[in-house]
Amino acid sequence: MEFGPIWRSLLRNKAGYVLIALQIAVTMAIMVNAVAIMQERANDMARPSGVDEDNIFTFASIAFVPDTNMRALIDEDLDLIRNTPGVIDVIATNSFPLRQGGWSMGLTLEPGAGQESVGTAIYFSDEHAVNTYGTRLIDGKDFDPTQITWNEESVSKWAPAGIITEALGKALFPDEQGSYVGKTVYINENDPVKIVGVVDRLQAPWKGWDIVEHSMLVPQRRDGEFQRYVVRTEPGSRDELMPVIEEMLANSSKDRIIQQMRTMTEVRHRSYLGDSAMIKMLMFIVTLLTVITGLGIVGLASFSVSRRTRQIGIRRALGATKPAVVRYFMLENFMISTVGIVAGGILAVALNMFMVNAFGLRPLSWYVIPSAMLILWIVGQLAVAGPARRASEISPAIATRSS
Amino acid sequence: MFRYYLKLGLLSIRANPALSALMVAAIGIGIGACMTIVTIYYVMSGNPIPQKSEILFNVQVDSWSPDDPYDEPNEPPEQMTYLDATGLYQAGDDFKQVIMFLSDRVVQPEGEDNLPFEIESRATTHDFFDMFEVPFQYGSPWSASADTAEERVIVLSQALNEKLFGGADSIGEQVMLNGESYRVVGVLDYWQPIPKFYDLNNNDYGMPAQLFLPFSVAVANEHGSAGNTNCWKPFGDGGYSAFLNSECIWIQMWAELPTAAEQDRYRQFLDSYVTEQKTLGRFPRDLNNRISNVEEWLEIQEVVDEDVSMLLGLATLFLVVCLLNTIGLLLAKVMRRTKDISLRRALGASKSSLFSQYIIEAGLIGIAGGVLGIALTWLGLRGILNLFSEMDFVQYLVKMDWVMVMSAVLLAVVSALAAALYPTWRACSITPASQLRIQ
Repeated sequence: MEFGPIWRSLLRNKAGYVLIALQIAVTMAIMVNAVAIMQERANDMARPSGVDEDNIFTFASIAFVPDTNMRALIDEDLDLIRNTPGVIDVIATNSFPLRQGGWSMGLTLEPGAGQESVGTAIYFSDEHAVNTYGTRLIDGKDFDPTQITWNEESVSKWAPAGIITEALGKALFPDEQGSYVGKTVYINENDPVKIVGVVDRLQAPWKGWDIVEHSMLVPQRRDGEFQRYVVRTEPGSRDELMPVIEEMLANSSKDRIIQQMRTMTEVRHRSYLGDSAMIKMLMFIVTLLTVITGLGIVGLASFSVSRRTRQIGIRRALGATKPAVVRYFMLENFMISTVGIVAGGILAVALNMFMVNAFGLRPLSWYVIPSAMLILWIVGQLAVAGPARRASEISPAIATRSS
Repeated sequence: MFRYYLKLGLLSIRANPALSALMVAAIGIGIGACMTIVTIYYVMSGNPIPQKSEILFNVQVDSWSPDDPYDEPNEPPEQMTYLDATGLYQAGDDFKQVIMFLSDRVVQPEGEDNLPFEIESRATTHDFFDMFEVPFQYGSPWSASADTAEERVIVLSQALNEKLFGGADSIGEQVMLNGESYRVVGVLDYWQPIPKFYDLNNNDYGMPAQLFLPFSVAVANEHGSAGNTNCWKPFGDGGYSAFLNSECIWIQMWAELPTAAEQDRYRQFLDSYVTEQKTLGRFPRDLNNRISNVEEWLEIQEVVDEDVSMLLGLATLFLVVCLLNTIGLLLAKVMRRTKDISLRRALGASKSSLFSQYIIEAGLIGIAGGVLGIALTWLGLRGILNLFSEMDFVQYLVKMDWVMVMSAVLLAVVSALAAALYPTWRACSITPASQLRIQ
């Protein structure tokens, strides 16, 4: 192989090649970090929420007439919805996964103020919650109807039972090998909560929360004017049931409005809108960048071919074959690319370290850099292929002409 | 001479159409990508009230838990408890202060066919409108006495007035909210500060509330907060009055302090209030009160989205790649014309005339790239609007103004000239007649 001669010839005309190498290096730094961000977002989006997203819809009911009997209204609503054919189950609650708004509390292992606490999302509901969300009870028991209470102003104690997610259990009792069921934790400093059940997964309402897998179902119903309903339907009947139930509730009471009627699919879409847009934008930037770098290589290689027309002709006249000429340019590009890619690898890691610090990005996966290297090598070779082929077409007779 | 070089430049561009197009495209795309993000960044980090941003102050007092700071390392809470907001408001009545919170209300329009609908309402005190220079279409803010007398009065936004009264002067009309009747005293003109600096709790770039009513009335009628509520101490289910007396933070507070002396006096006022509260057993943390003017507040609250900052960084690097590309191509072009140049030098062209010639050529490419860049920026912004079509507020972030258009062209020309420097220098250093020997 002609590494030596090519390398020496590169050194004779450094500036142009340094520019390409630099361009490849910066391209690589951008590419690697953009991919790291895209991966992170895609991973977040792929996390299951723990609920039966395909068959759930939710809406809000807002009573606006003062002194409405909320408890009666909620019970009536739940009965109406539950008795609609196609509905599996329904709850009135304060929030649900991916909603981006909700209630959080701290749980402690011992009573009293000043304890180290573990944060969790709170879903107030009743014995239908596990079935409605469609999460899986992996230990203990579901709530018993007798456990369910309404909030009372006179009783300031927290409901004494709870169903937690497995992730929350692990965070509360990191050393526990057996069951979390039967253990007691404390909320509001002194109120004991006995863990009666564990579900495998039920995300908190905030997708960006670092403890998004922590949530607790509380066997209490709250009678505020603002209620959120979660309805789970038989597979396939969600979309036709939504307008039916909306109309039914609108007719059942004129003292409230029904709004934010959304499928869980739509809730997820809204919640991750920023992330999916970010992925699309970065994808666009990376593609465009690769094209521009490729075109830059084409432009410069064409120049270098046309400048060296005479030399190529002479080489051909001295017996170099067409493939040898092609190989020369391919190899030359490979060497420039390699310099750029190595510099790019260093630049990419440096930029990633900065982003990890400044934006809390997760560090790179090991295979991102090798993949980017491979892609850029291929892009370089593809870009140089055209000019190299044209170089090989140069007739040996050129050597005999004086320019 | 300038016109002659211009002509030479155009000729040279026309002589290499593919290459020139590539250079224009590289600069244009680089500028387009960069300016798309810069425009959004510029709008997001804009000063929403430049004429008063230096004298309007967000007020924070550290009423948080003795065990942990509200936010690391030792940030005071970003909102206030009801006790402190009203306590400071009353004790500091020689200062111009505003307290407020966001609430959801249901409007019940008259007539059987008109369905009730929910809106956001802001409960605040009378100076809100004057302090934030809110423009009025009809009527005026309510008076200080309306605050104290708990009068059921409201100010409507332009949009809500349009919806309820067809945009007519509705002063004196009654509006029913959750079964309570309110008298309209004012209608706002179009008003949308970006970002929504006076309350950054929910959507930094959202619409202002659709109606405004006195804080005292909202509390008397037990309106709940629709914004963020954070509590460090349990207060039980004691209803609204227990909530008001709790250590939960949910109220925003601002003060207008026109001079440094006033600002100092206000700081002392806050400290003495907290010191007094400490004797009553509240405020377990060390004194940590803070006033921040609008720009400081936007900084503390990090209104510019992290994603936008990241994209800005990547887009800038993208422009760098495009410029490296252009430098390489210009250099190649110069190298190919080594013979022309050395011939011209031999015939007496000075270095400076060569320099002007190539810089003018690069400038032309820069201008063309800039124009293309503006078009691509516009396209880029449309694309982003499209990606976020479900989010109303994004339309306010993707607006290009003249400042941005001019900056795009300027950035393009400066970039092209910067890119041209090295190749031009190389061109100028070609020695006369050096390339003529072999002929």
